[in-house]
Parts: sequence; C-alpha cells; structure tokens
Amino acid sequence: MSSQAHFTDFKSDKQPTWCPGCGDFGTMNGMMKALANTGNSPDDTFICAGIGCSGKIGTYMHSYALHGVHGRALPVGTGVKLANPDLEVMVAGGDGDGYSIGAGHFIHAVRRNVDMTYVVMDNRIYGLTKGQFSPTSREDFETSTSPEGTKQSPVHPLALAMAAGGSFIAQSFSSDAQRHTEIIEQAIEHDGFSLVNTYSPCVTFNDVDTYDFFRDSLVDLDEEDHDPTDYDQARQRIMDFDNIYQGVLYQDDDSVGYEKRLGIEGPMNEIPDGAPEDAMDLVREFY
Amino acid sequence: MPEDLNWAVGGEAGDGIDSTGKIFAQALSRAGRHVFTSKDFASRIRGGYTAYKIRTSVDELNSVVDRLDILVALTQRTIDENLDELHEDSVVIYDGERSWDAEVPDEQIPLDVPLKSLAEDAGGAIMQNVVALGAACEVAGFPIEHLDSALEKRFGEKGQKLVDNNQEAARKGRDYVQENYDHDFGYSLETTDNDYVLLNGDEAIGMGALVGGCRFYAGYPITPATNVMEYLTGRIDEYGGTVVQAEDELSAINMALGAARSGARAMTATSGPGIDLMTETFGLIATTETPLVIADVMRSGPSTGMPTKQEQGDLNMTLYGGHGEIPRFVLAPTTIAECFHKTIEAFNLAEKYQTPVYVVSDLAMAVTEQTFSPEEFDMDEVEIDRGKVVDEDNIDQYLDEQDRFQPHYDAGDGISPRAFPGTVEGAHMTTGLEHDELGRRTEDTDERVRQVDKRNRKVETAQNEEDWSPREFGNEDAENLVLTWGSNEGAIREAMQKLDIDVRFISVPYMFPRPDLTEAVESAETTVVVECNATGQFADVVERDTLTRVERINKYNGIRFNADELVDRITETFAAESEAKV
Repeated sequence: MSSQAHFTDFKSDKQPTWCPGCGDFGTMNGMMKALANTGNSPDDTFICAGIGCSGKIGTYMHSYALHGVHGRALPVGTGVKLANPDLEVMVAGGDGDGYSIGAGHFIHAVRRNVDMTYVVMDNRIYGLTKGQFSPTSREDFETSTSPEGTKQSPVHPLALAMAAGGSFIAQSFSSDAQRHTEIIEQAIEHDGFSLVNTYSPCVTFNDVDTYDFFRDSLVDLDEEDHDPTDYDQARQRIMDFDNIYQGVLYQDDDSVGYEKRLGIEGPMNEIPDGAPEDAMDLVREFY
Repeated sequence: MPEDLNWAVGGEAGDGIDSTGKIFAQALSRAGRHVFTSKDFASRIRGGYTAYKIRTSVDELNSVVDRLDILVALTQRTIDENLDELHEDSVVIYDGERSWDAEVPDEQIPLDVPLKSLAEDAGGAIMQNVVALGAACEVAGFPIEHLDSALEKRFGEKGQKLVDNNQEAARKGRDYVQENYDHDFGYSLETTDNDYVLLNGDEAIGMGALVGGCRFYAGYPITPATNVMEYLTGRIDEYGGTVVQAEDELSAINMALGAARSGARAMTATSGPGIDLMTETFGLIATTETPLVIADVMRSGPSTGMPTKQEQGDLNMTLYGGHGEIPRFVLAPTTIAECFHKTIEAFNLAEKYQTPVYVVSDLAMAVTEQTFSPEEFDMDEVEIDRGKVVDEDNIDQYLDEQDRFQPHYDAGDGISPRAFPGTVEGAHMTTGLEHDELGRRTEDTDERVRQVDKRNRKVETAQNEEDWSPREFGNEDAENLVLTWGSNEGAIREAMQKLDIDVRFISVPYMFPRPDLTEAVESAETTVVVECNATGQFADVVERDTLTRVERINKYNGIRFNADELVDRITETFAAESEAKV
C-alpha cells in the first residue's frame, strides 16, 4: 500500500467471536491505531499469535499473519523479523499463552531483543477453555480448577522481563483507549523487544479482575513523574507488587535489536537461480 | 599386502583423539588416497574410551571392515576394545614410559615409542599424538610431507611456530621408529595425483543447504546433528543469512517457520529427541503449507537412548509422526555426497509443494568422513525452483472478488500461490486451524474435505512430476533382491563384491513418496531388507506396499553394518530361504 494507511485498513471483514464486552476489542483497536499512526500498512505488517482468545486476533485484523500453536508465537515472530527486518512484527498472546506454556520462549525473546512488539492480553484467567486459573491469577482466586484458590503465587511478567534484561517494559489497560494506543505506539517505535502487558478483562469468567478493579487500581505513570530511562526507578516500580501501573515502566534508549547485532541487512527472500558463483570454494574448504 | 590399510587412534575422550584422526585422514586425502573414517565415542566430554578409525585405499571406499593394521593406543582400554580386530601383523604404537603397563598381546607387533617425552623435546607434551602420527607414517610407509601439509592446514592460522613444532614432533616420531626398530612392516602407502575433498554427512547437509539457497537456520545442539549448525555458523552470513541457536527445539522449528513465511529458505536439523519436540509444530507447517526442511540425523533411541551410537529407528516417526494426517516428503540420503544433493532437492520440493520435507540421515553418516572428487558436487547442475511465488504483476489472478489474496487457492494441482510478506495486496493470514482458501478458520464440512484433498493432491502431483527412482546396483535379473535405505548402501555394495551369490541391490533414497518396488519384489525369489533397527521399519513399509513377505537383516547394537558381516548375513539369509523353499 503506497498511500498512508488508515487504522480501519487493518480491520478484516471477519466479525470477532469474542464475548460482548471483552477487553480484547479495546486491545486490538489500540494495536490497529498504533500501527497506522506509526506509518505502517497491512502489506508490511506481520502479526503472530498463539492459542486462546488472544490468538484469534490475526483473523480479525488485516495484515500478513500467522496463527500458530500454543505458546510459540514469539519464536515465530523472531523468525519472521530476522528473515525480513523490513517488516513490522507484532506478536499477540494471552497470559496463559505467554507466561505459562510460552514462559520459556518469553524469557529468551526478551533477552534476545529482536525488534518486535509483544502485546499480552492479560485477563488473569483462561477464557477459551471456560474459566480455569491462569499464571497471573491471584493466589486466592477460585475457579473450576482451583475451588479453594490457586495456592500458587502469580507470575509477575514485568519483573520477569526486567530480570531477563528487557529493553522496553510497559503496561496498559485496554479500556483506556488513548493511553493504550500511545503506549503501543511507543513500543512499536522502540528499537528492540517491547513488552506491553495489557489488562484486557474477561467479562464472562473473571469477576474479580474487572474493568472496575483495574480502573480503580491502576496508577498512571504520567501522573507519577516517572522516568522510564532511570533503571533504578523502573526497577522499584516493577518490583512493587502492591501497585499496578499504566505506562512505560522501563525503556533503554541505547537498545539495539538482535537483527542489527547479527548484521542482517535486509530481507532473505531473494536467492540466486542456481548455486552461488563461489560455490566451489565451499567444496575446496574440505581439501 | 592388502589393498586397504586400517588405522586407528584411541584413548580417553579429551585426549584429542578426534583431531589426531582428522589430521591423518586429511594427510591421506591430500596424498590422493581414498579415506573412509568411523568413530567410536561416548557421550561425555572427558573420560571414556574414544577412537577414530581410518580405512584408506587407492580405490574408492564406502564402508568399514573389522580389521585393524595399525593402532595408536593411548590407553590399555584402546587395546582391549580392539583386540578382535587386531591380527598377527598388526602394529600397536604405545608409550611405554607412561604410567600404564601396556599389555600388548604376543600376536601383535608392539611398538613402544616415548610419545610424551619426544613431544616435550619438540616443544610440548600436548603434541604426543602428532609424534604418534609420525611413527605411524614410518610404519605405513607414508611420506611425512603429506602429514606436514595436513598440519599446516590444521595449525596454519594459529601461527608458523605451532606448525613448525608439530612438524618437528612428527619427525621425532618417525625418526624414533626408524632408528629403534629394524622391522619391515610391509606397508608402503602409494600416493596419487588424485584430487579429493574430505567431509562428513553433517557437513554435506550444511553445504547443500548453503548452495541450495538456505538463508535461515535455527537449531538446538544435539548429537549427532550439531555439526550442521556449526558448519553453517559464520558461513551463512556471507550470503546474507543467519543461524540462531534457539532455547529449545520447539523454538527452533517455530523460528524456522517464521523465517520461511518471510520468504527465506529455512531449515532446522536435529536428532530423534528433537524431532519429538518439533512434531507439535510439524503439523502447523504442513497445514499452513509452509516450505521447511527438517534434517533428522538419527541416533539410537528411544528416549535419550544411546546418543553417540548408530540407529535408523526414526523412519516411522518421520513417515507418520504428528496427529491428524499430514502430507510430507521424506528423503533419506544413501551416501555422504547424497546428503548434499538431497538437501538441495529438499529445498526445491519444500518450496514447490509448500510442505515440510524431512532429510533423514544418521549418526554413521554424520560422523564419517569420506573422500570425494570435487566433481561429485557439480555446482552447474544445481537448480533452484522456488515454486509459485506471486508478485505485484501477477497477484491479481489470485485475489477473490473482494480483492483478498487467497493463500490456499485450489489451483487443481493442490499447490497454491505464495505471497511473501511485503507483497502489495498480498496480506493474508494462515492458521493451524482448518481454513478456507483465504486462510480463515472454517468448520464447514465441505470446505474441510476440499482442503484435506487439496493438500493431499500435492503428493499426487509430486508423484507424477518428480523422479522418485531408487539407486540400482548388481544384476537386475538376479533372483535374490537386497533392499535398503539410508547409510547402508556403501557397506552392501562392498559386500556384493565379496558375495558368492548374485544379487540385485536396490537402495532407496525416497521414503515418501517412494518408488514402487512391487515389480522388483515380485520378480525376485527372495527379498531381504537391510536396516539398522530392531523391528524392520522399512521392511514393514515394503511389505505393505508390495503385499509380499520379505526377509529382514537388522542390526541395533549401536554400530553400523560393515561389509564383512553383511557378506555372512546376506549369504545365510538367502541360503536359508532357498532351503526352506526346496
């Protein structure tokens, strides 16, 4: 697309099957707006997703997209970006997809620092399998598989990302459309791996972590005189598990994406029609 | 004097056995001699018996034999482990000054050489193995200049001093034997002007990948596939590609999938346990119709099995692994050179038919170094076929009435157009869910059948359009038929030269789709399938394809077949069968 894309260009004609009131609508709208606002078009954007309600996002958006297997969207995004650094790569996942089955990949994607934006729709429950606790559920959260509470401490994604050397760590709330969009724009513009943990409430199965809960609890960093480039300040807020923040908690302005450190200069999709001209040198090495 | 010389160096893992063997193999190869190596190693870094064996001849070699003519023993265990292979003229080179009391059996010729102290004289005890190589050159009647050349190659980048010291160490070994032993060892290794290269199966796969246009490799280290990744590391960058060492196999194959969707030729290589982990994504690759090459360098299973031992136990997994029904291609190179050619072919098949392709190799090929004429790797014959890639000029014909690109468009032959991301008007999604032509999820029963049929039709198309012929040797009218797949071809070919009976030999490099063997099996009196596994996975396939019972020769102790044992086992099998039929 040569002309400037409008955010509706990123919308597919498929109607979402998310429950009415689902936080994912707001999350997705913010993603589409941020992509358009940062000058991207559907033809040079790639969306990767895993499994769960969040995984459906590639169907409802219009761009190049892959809906893969559970928890493995980050490695797919890594491959997409390394093989064509000209693409804008966005990876979407849920708290189960990203922090449970995909937790191993999460840590490694963070430390590898490939230039892509990871939006995790965190609703603190398993929605698509109808209401089991998730890795971000509170310890006392009662669900069909935790009738007496989960008896497990929740995962703290921002802290995990910081410990893994994350270069952009942010949190947003899907119903605060303007802030959510802004934060994703900043994430897209960051050169390196960007985590945006987005509270995206599940109105059907989670009656604790509701819109009201997040509205009442979230502390906006814009009102806190927070400097995201100040590592110690960022660490303090990220490790403050008594409060939840909205905004960019940490950003390393000196970050350089993995693809640049590898020296990848452009798309890998062009190859010669036959063996490379110096191919016999490869054989000669074995002399 | 036999036409071939069999030499080995053995000691503890960590003693530099591998590089010592490699240096000698390279010296022989550079002297225009054929070389075929094998390794005996344990799954540990230090300690444990390890050996590097070389068979060399002026004539082409494709197999090992169970005879050792010269053994460099750095430990007593090296002698004990190889007793069966030593004969009365075997020479055992050892260091009598070392702490162990070498017990060299009376039948052999003991050659006590103070390896360590001679190495110290030349500049460092670390060169004791090179002293032994010099001694071996004298025993084998092999001009030491060729060893110099191999030492130059090995150490040249680290400085001339190191080269000089090593060449000096080698001379000390040679001179010591010359001065202290007045024995005619009976060997005189002829050198030739032939021009050879020396490489192993993993290197051949890596080289095939580079030449075949692979630009993205993601993998996780595992024996015996790691060498593919090590080969590509650094080299692939020269062509604008990259290697990623992923956090695990699940990640590796998903990265490769992502890169393939970006339009790169992408691959991963692993061994059985890694294939287990990758199988989850294997189905996704097939159903999203993504071109991807996966090399499975087999080792002994199940589970972690015997990581450093040979087996061909993954055929069923590569043919049938994954839930649901998955169209795939499975290629099994039959020689080290074929590892190169089949990897290139795999990339073409993957992109033409947009489906995952297995290249199934094994430990015996992966760690064996063999000499080839450079002409075996004819670069002029390499053709790259990227299949149906669309661009701005022709994408219009694959857009639906609402101008949406159809990544699973059913063109009749089952093969859809491909739009690399970035192609204007090509934006589309793909999913592991069953989907329609637009790539969107569907549970429509008719569409489901249509897409399954479309994917399976690719196999039919490929069956008709590609050449799936096996490799044939021997007498095509013989009543005894030997079938095999993978790395056994060389040993069987050598066995055929020694067999008293006439056989027809078919070596099959295509496991799926595969050649129709019905006629061959039906026209033979008896068919025997040779493979390195316990149950006869390929024999099962042949029986099912041909509806004819076949005999089986299996080996699953962790060691490859050698030519001598195959002579016996093939003879016995056909004799028993013909007796039974009388």
